[in-house]
Parts: sequence; structure tokens; C-alpha cells
Amino acid sequence: MAGLHILANPARFRRFSERVLPFLSVVTGLAVLVGLYWGLVVAPPDYQQGETVRIMFIHVPAATLAMAGYLLLAALGASLLVWRHPLAALMARAAAPVGATYTAIGLITGSLWGRPMWGTYWVWDARLTSFLLLFFLYLGHIALSRAYDDADRGDRAAAILALVGAINVPVIKFSVDWWNTLHQPASIMRLGGPSIHPSFLFPLLWMMATFALLFVLLVLVRTDTEIDRRRLEAAEFAA
Amino acid sequence: MSHAIFIWSAYGATVAALGGLLLASLAARRKVRRALAARGLERRR
Repeated sequence: MAGLHILANPARFRRFSERVLPFLSVVTGLAVLVGLYWGLVVAPPDYQQGETVRIMFIHVPAATLAMAGYLLLAALGASLLVWRHPLAALMARAAAPVGATYTAIGLITGSLWGRPMWGTYWVWDARLTSFLLLFFLYLGHIALSRAYDDADRGDRAAAILALVGAINVPVIKFSVDWWNTLHQPASIMRLGGPSIHPSFLFPLLWMMATFALLFVLLVLVRTDTEIDRRRLEAAEFAA
Repeated sequence: MSHAIFIWSAYGATVAALGGLLLASLAARRKVRRALAARGLERRR
């Protein structure tokens, strides 16, 4: 947490991101190539799902990062409202579209997996519905942060939405335990350890790390842009 | 029934969405930096 407080200074954050971004870009690019090869070529077909198990290597990481991204928004919202960190609002503006994209990927790839496995693209069960709600919460955050002429008011309103909406994240996570859902229960983050075979678990974990790297990369680039955009707006206002 | 269409659609949509977001983010950064430079505002480090 102390490290995050240090990075709350935009100038310090910029120095940090400029040092990290070149290295992170190369590592992420290599991780994507290895992950695609592992998921599409090396991993075997599942005895039940057949080749469609390959969709899991992108669906699960996208969905996991979508939820983690919303928790990040909530933490940034708290940071903005409690400590008024100047960087928190800018990073939240940067992270929300990334989280919305990951959520959309989770929804689309889930539907494309559901059609051959369940016989339908969509059902209104608790997991799918709460995950769709997450997508709307992201869209609400994006819209609210841009809804005011005074950017600070928009950022504070969006921060409140992020904090209130965070209650949906545990609902998504535990929906498969609390209600009868067509969606299968947790198979990785569960008591007793993962229940899937290592030949699927390792490429899945690799892709999770890859999606996380890409998430960080996108947020760093977009936060850097938001810092410059604020400087530009201040210059235009002063002129 | 072949499932290839679902697998390639899922990977294609993912690459398009994330690749598009990355390109859009880099383009936005370039645009803002150019606007700053046009006003004589160098990037602070």
C-alpha cells in the first residue's frame, strides 16, 4: 500500500511507467504468443468438451480479470474519496474501458462456448446475469465520469458507483454456490485446490498471467495519456 | 458438428477487442502528446 501511495504522485508515476513500459511490452507480447500456441496447439482436447475447451483459455482469464479490474476501480474510488489521491481518478478513467472490454470478452467467449456445450448462447442464470450487470456497471462508470463539465465531480460520482457496485463481485463469484445455475461451479479457486487436469490448468494459469500483464500494460499507457490530457485541458483553460 | 467456428470466433473476437483497445490507446496517447507539443508544452518527467 505504501508503494501505491508513493506512485500517487503523477510525476513519479510517469517516471515509473516510462521505465516499466518497454520491458512490460516485450514480456506481454512474448507471453501472448506462447499462450496462443499453448492453448490452440499444444493443449489436448478434453474428453467431454472436446476442442471447445480451448475457449476456456481465454474465457476464464478475461472473466477473472474483469472482476479483479472492478475491485481495482473500487479501491481507486476509495483512494479518491478518502485520500484525494490525484492519480486515483485518472487511473480509474484509464482502467474502466479496459475492464469493460475484458467483461465483453468474457460474455462473448462464454456465449460461444455455451452454444456447443449447453445448446444455447445465453440463459438468465445467476452467474451470467450478474456478470452482465458487471458490464453495465463498467459502462455506467465510464458514462458517469464523463457526464459533468467539472471532471472532478464526474470522478467522484463514478467513484461512488465503483464502491457500491463492488458488491456485485462476490455475488458473481459465489452465484454458482448460492443458486442453481447452468454455469458450472468453481474449478480453480476453490477449497481443496483446482479440480482440473494439469494439461489444462497450466495453459490456463499462463493465460491468466498474460491477460493480467496486458491489463497492467493497457492501464499504464492509458493513465499516462490521462495525465497528459489533464495538462492539455489545464493549458487550454488558462489560455 | 464442427466446433471450430466457435473456437476461432472466440479467439478472433478476443484478439480484435484487445488489439483494437491497445491500438486505440496508443493512438490517443500520440494525439494528446502532439497537441501538447503544438502548445509548446514538453512532457514533464
